[in-house]
Amino acid sequence: MEALPFLIEGFAVALQPHMLFYALIGVTLGTAVGVLPGIGPALTVALLLPVTYTLDPAGSLIMFAGIYYGGMYGGSTTSILLNTPGESASIITAIEGNKMARAGRGGPALATAAIGSFVAGLLATLALALLAPHIVKLALVFGPREYFALMVLAFVTVSAAFGDSTLKGLTSLFVGLGLAVIGIDGLTGQARLTFNVPQLLDGIEVTTLAVAMFAIGEAMFMAAQRHHGDDTIISLDGAVRMTAEDWRRSWKPWLRGTVIGFPIGAMPAGGADIASFLSYGAEKRISTHPEEFGKGAIEGVAGPEAANNAAAAGTLVPLLTLGLPTTATAAIMLAGFQQFGLQPGPLLFATSPQLVWGLIASLLIANIMLLVLNLPLIRVWVKLLHVPKPWLYAGILMFATLGTIGVNPSPVELMMLLVFGLLGYGMRVFDYPVAPVVVGLILGPMAEQQLRRALAIAQGDWTTLVSTPLSAILLFVALCALLIPALLRMTGRGKVLAQIAAAND
Amino acid sequence: MSGGPSGPVHKSGRRPNGAAFFIAFGLAVFGSVLLWDAMSLRAGGGYAGVGPAAMPKLVGGVLIVLALLTAISGWRSTAEVRPTQKLRPVGLLVAGLAAQILLLEPLGFSIATTVLFASGAAAFGERRFQISMPSGFILALAVYGIFDGLLRLNLPAGLPERLIYGG
Repeated sequence: MEALPFLIEGFAVALQPHMLFYALIGVTLGTAVGVLPGIGPALTVALLLPVTYTLDPAGSLIMFAGIYYGGMYGGSTTSILLNTPGESASIITAIEGNKMARAGRGGPALATAAIGSFVAGLLATLALALLAPHIVKLALVFGPREYFALMVLAFVTVSAAFGDSTLKGLTSLFVGLGLAVIGIDGLTGQARLTFNVPQLLDGIEVTTLAVAMFAIGEAMFMAAQRHHGDDTIISLDGAVRMTAEDWRRSWKPWLRGTVIGFPIGAMPAGGADIASFLSYGAEKRISTHPEEFGKGAIEGVAGPEAANNAAAAGTLVPLLTLGLPTTATAAIMLAGFQQFGLQPGPLLFATSPQLVWGLIASLLIANIMLLVLNLPLIRVWVKLLHVPKPWLYAGILMFATLGTIGVNPSPVELMMLLVFGLLGYGMRVFDYPVAPVVVGLILGPMAEQQLRRALAIAQGDWTTLVSTPLSAILLFVALCALLIPALLRMTGRGKVLAQIAAAND
Repeated sequence: MSGGPSGPVHKSGRRPNGAAFFIAFGLAVFGSVLLWDAMSLRAGGGYAGVGPAAMPKLVGGVLIVLALLTAISGWRSTAEVRPTQKLRPVGLLVAGLAAQILLLEPLGFSIATTVLFASGAAAFGERRFQISMPSGFILALAVYGIFDGLLRLNLPAGLPERLIYGG
């Protein structure tokens, strides 16, 4: 239990009144923005990043953590009451949850989602705290080649393993890697692909790209649709609480969802959407009421919603201990760290333990705050669903440009917002996944540096990349994750993969 | 984003041939630019044997391969109908963003953002500018107050900001 003293130290940071205040603002903003239709956690985090710029690092990261968890909670409300989920991880929740709401059981659906998210968030965050010191220890023996192999694995899982086309996933990834080349080379200081535009020397900001693709591209896509789909918001009648029967049927799916979700998030094996999909499958298989699935089974909300939150917490394991983002949301969070010159990883645990552990402790606190915000106050958030589309998207555009204007008010940066917005729109139209571009942009330069360091240590000998068992295994797993889904798709068995397509998580 | 298992799996089908070639062309251009730029970099590989030019060369090369594969798959697939895109609203959004970029420095955050807000609302069917302009303006001013005043983000000020918030 070596994590315990650290965690207590973390609580000493996170329980200071002004830190609690930051956490409260974070979860409130996160829930409010996450509830808005069409806004997932990635965009929630990207849009709210500017709010945290002027705080001190600890306060900013604590607010940030609240925003992340709040966005996850808010998304489930949207998917239950409105059949257009704001985040891909909630698509599964929408299947059963929306059916429950239509049958007048919206209250229990929201309750099981909120309590399930709480249980999963709590357990998964504790697991993060227990696991982190061990991974940090392990990571200390990692050399550049192991890091490079890990990043290659992350590239493959985020781009090619899921979704309906290996080609499209890889295309998105390499567009991101190409954009990542722009700027000053970290090792030699040479300018690459900058065309003598000084603003390009710093490279492309991850937040600019994420906001452009998720907010502006998405707005363009929504505006261009002839039919706006089935947007009926189901009114929430009845109390947001569960009967004894609901509890009896929910608690096991919560725990199973946590057990499924956390490892998936913690290993670079994909995002929360995959976790919730697997949990849904598991619940359907072992359910004693299989006939209810597809018609509003409470297990189908409880399990996936827990899995989705557990995976979100699990994603923080590679992010905090290795500095490795495996989802678009994590990539933006990494950008949030980097704005303070902080690089998550084993070193950060050694140099700023109070910061890392304060963050972990505040995740636990944020979880409790969110339970309070989401059960009694749910009706306040439901009102936000009624914002008419024109005002909603006009507001999204305002806040999307606000971040860029506030941080980097050059016309070049704003032009990038417009250009990448158009790129994101085109990708939506032709079914290219967006997340690999964002992950490629932030991981590309890191992977390149690790590769060149590894080769420099080995005097240019490429076999060094597979010379330790760990790096060889990681690269082999990456190869399998690339080839097996491709073969499945070629032989016409790719439907399952298409269904768990990572869209914007 | 594709539909869930029980919902209608929203498959807009394979792209029309023309689109695939267009995408392939774009990828090939991007790849070539990467390769071309890498030529002008000094090698400087040092002990690693790979310098700053290696990554752009690799990515550029792969992009060109992906462009070829995209073109081939576009050649093989038959053109299918995908939901028609209304381009007018997209144009409105682009115009709004462009207007904001142009107006930001001369007129300040609130006025430039009002134009963006109103064209954004119009793109989603709210064409009553007598409503969208004032509400956008008030919202933008409030946002300016919060972010420039309280959170000390540096937003460009114009006449309205100077009148209301001072310097």
